[in-house]
Amino acid sequence: MLDTIELVKPDLDEGKLDIEEFEYRSEVKPTWCPGCGDFGILNATFTAMKQKHLNPKDTVCVSGIGCSSRFPFFVNTYGFHTLHGRTMPVATGIKMANPDLTVLAFGGDGDGFAIGGGHFIHAARRNLNITYVIMDNSVYGLTKGQTSPTSRLGYVTKTSPAGSVDEPLNPLVLALACGATFVARGFSGRPKEVSELIIQGLEHKGFAFIDVFSPCPTFNKVNTFKYYKEEVTALPIDHDVTNKLKAIEQASSPKIVYTGVFYKAAESHSYEEHVLSQRPAVQTDANTLLGKLFAKYS
Amino acid sequence: MTTEIAAKQDLVIRIAGESGEGVISTGDFVTQAAARAGFEVITFKTYPAEIKGGHCLYQLRLGDKKLYSEGDELDILIAFNQEAYDRHYEELKQGGLLIYDGGAFEPSHDPEHLHYNVPLSEIARTKLKFELGKNVVAVGVVSALFGLPREFIVKLLTEKFTRKGEDVVKKNMQALDAGIEYVEQHITDRSQFQLHHSATNPDIIIVSGNQSLSMGVIAAGCRHIFGYPITPATDVLEFLIAEFPKLGGASVQAEDEIASIGMVMGASYAGHKAITSTSGPGLSLMVEWLGYGSMAEIPAMIVDVQRAGPSTGMPTKHEQGDLNLAVFGGAGEIQRLVMAPVSVEDCFWQMINAFNFSEKYQMPCIFLSDTTLANRTESIKKPDLSKVKLIERQTLESNGHQSSENFKRYELTESGISPMSLPGQRGGQYVSTGLEHSEYGRPRYDTKSHTSMTEKRFRKLALLAIDPDLPEAARMGDPEAEIGLITWGSTWGIVEEVVMLAAEKGIKVDAIAPKLVWPLPTNQLDQFMKSKRVIICPEVNYTGQFAELLKAHYLRPIVKVNTYSGAPFKGSQILAVVEREAQANA
Repeated sequence: MLDTIELVKPDLDEGKLDIEEFEYRSEVKPTWCPGCGDFGILNATFTAMKQKHLNPKDTVCVSGIGCSSRFPFFVNTYGFHTLHGRTMPVATGIKMANPDLTVLAFGGDGDGFAIGGGHFIHAARRNLNITYVIMDNSVYGLTKGQTSPTSRLGYVTKTSPAGSVDEPLNPLVLALACGATFVARGFSGRPKEVSELIIQGLEHKGFAFIDVFSPCPTFNKVNTFKYYKEEVTALPIDHDVTNKLKAIEQASSPKIVYTGVFYKAAESHSYEEHVLSQRPAVQTDANTLLGKLFAKYS
Repeated sequence: MTTEIAAKQDLVIRIAGESGEGVISTGDFVTQAAARAGFEVITFKTYPAEIKGGHCLYQLRLGDKKLYSEGDELDILIAFNQEAYDRHYEELKQGGLLIYDGGAFEPSHDPEHLHYNVPLSEIARTKLKFELGKNVVAVGVVSALFGLPREFIVKLLTEKFTRKGEDVVKKNMQALDAGIEYVEQHITDRSQFQLHHSATNPDIIIVSGNQSLSMGVIAAGCRHIFGYPITPATDVLEFLIAEFPKLGGASVQAEDEIASIGMVMGASYAGHKAITSTSGPGLSLMVEWLGYGSMAEIPAMIVDVQRAGPSTGMPTKHEQGDLNLAVFGGAGEIQRLVMAPVSVEDCFWQMINAFNFSEKYQMPCIFLSDTTLANRTESIKKPDLSKVKLIERQTLESNGHQSSENFKRYELTESGISPMSLPGQRGGQYVSTGLEHSEYGRPRYDTKSHTSMTEKRFRKLALLAIDPDLPEAARMGDPEAEIGLITWGSTWGIVEEVVMLAAEKGIKVDAIAPKLVWPLPTNQLDQFMKSKRVIICPEVNYTGQFAELLKAHYLRPIVKVNTYSGAPFKGSQILAVVEREAQANA
């Protein structure tokens, strides 16, 4: 019975969607544990989608592998549940083929920064027009609790029984260093802020990266809701989002864990824009082009 | 005896020297001019894998009739340096001609061959005061030897150098004439090297396998390439990245091969044909995605220009070693098609077929080219574009679905093919996944789902194997012969030649090479495989990968012939086995 899809009811003549009537939430019940931080991010995403009037037929949610990467199944848009770590290449391919689609990417910190780390840096520097939300719980959940790239030093798991000796990665500083043009951080315990960040990400023309603390109640007893509630603080009101150096400084702050928009480039041209601008003004058809090539090789 | 007959019909010339000395440019120049003049041409070249220095060679085979391979023994060797002489001299046939640059070295006396010292560097430097003209002097020498009319070279030189100014054109003309003049004055006994040629044919083009397949990609309606540089596939990426914008396409040089194929999957999911080109090491990295493409049923095109492996192997050398990887690589049981073009011309047409079947059956296609096919240039018939027929995948809209219906992306159909919805199509939302799934694409791990979906996916493969639109297998020889030669890919060229050489010896041979190598196109192969007394399968690998696939399916003995030196077969290697098997019966 769960296998039915709620169908879209757009007003075709207007070309617009009656958003009040559309249910972005799919019939699939999330596979997350009770109390998982990912619920907050899912709800925040629904709010953002609704507010931005995203037409579900023109929207694609891309994800990797992991607990959080089950995300697309819970949403009534198009979806692409990729391989472990391969969210960014797929999002790139979709955008290059059809730049009119709205592409959102979701995944965990392991998916994005460990196995997918090589792709993350290039997606960021290309400035693809997508919104990438990392649901960061500092642990591998689906495999039942191992150290992740954002786990703290000394963090004890089954793969780090004497405590992790790997310096944790700073996702924001990494994104900034790679040339991301929109960099933000949220906390799942504050879903309103998260939805606002996603809205800003969707509005940004370029690579919008949002790292969201998303506590894992089952396997991470350190980075809990309670912990983050005490730790995180909104960025100062006078933070200049166009100042990249300041953004790096605030993102690296050893004392305070800030949330909010750290950086938003004053001017951003997306990868697709650059690619489109390199096309000749007048394009040709295959037979004409092949005719010219045949002449060249004769 | 046979080599004598061959010599009258064609000429094999090898130019060898240090990379950067003009070996390749000389060869390319003569090739293009000769093809324009109406000669049949096949070339073979090897570069060192390093950028600077290293030994390289360029072999041209010229004739007045269709040629099938680049030839074995040399009629003429042009050695630019001592190393070239040392490496290749023993391949010069009896009575063959050695041209050497006496400024560089002096060969030892040998009454079995003709030796001519042509001081190429000296002529260019002293006589012409144009050191860069050395290779054009060489062009003059080669063309005068076999009788290439001067006008074709003049026209080519003019085309090539006009934009560099009249003075450059003039200097190159002088270099050309210096070469021709030298041959006319000094090499009097050259009549044995003179070739006949047909009237000029306006309907030929001179291209490499990589160029031919790249143009096939354009003709197939693909507008996106995502790739990572790797020898010997890089020029496919370079070619298409430059051409696609003219057609409104868009491409990415990706960060690695895993990203390349991931982008292909994304673009194809979005409804656009997409391709990546790579070689064995890159294909190895893509394997996880190939499994995904089978599971999520996404058309995707992967060109593997094979090189000698394993691992980094020999990047610029030839091998047909990736068939097993192409057919079986991946976790679980996968569905995909593997196609192998048999010639430069075939690269164009099979690329179109490859896209058609990948789209129709919604599965990845691995297109197996190889180093010799990629690099060799051939004069081929200009493709007749009116013969291009495209097959597109079934989509929600092409199938007339209405948005009010419940759309099942993976509907269990009789054929196994389910119409695909594309982002942008109303009511078609689904999630593509590598997980086992229901007809709606929702994750399912129950026994019924996995059984029915596995069968659905394999139904497609079974139908593909007997699709009436499959390209015909390459055939040659006597259909009644009791000796059969079966091969795949570029080895077909030498097999064709072996069939002719065997016929000259009075041995009847039948030969076949399917263009679809996986799944086995049983309708095309059954009769051949079941009727021959002996089946011989030559392939350029150690284990006989295609022979093993055939043995497993047909449960019959197959005589393997293998070479694994990094070079393609010589006809004599296969002919010897054919002769042995023919005598075994007598």
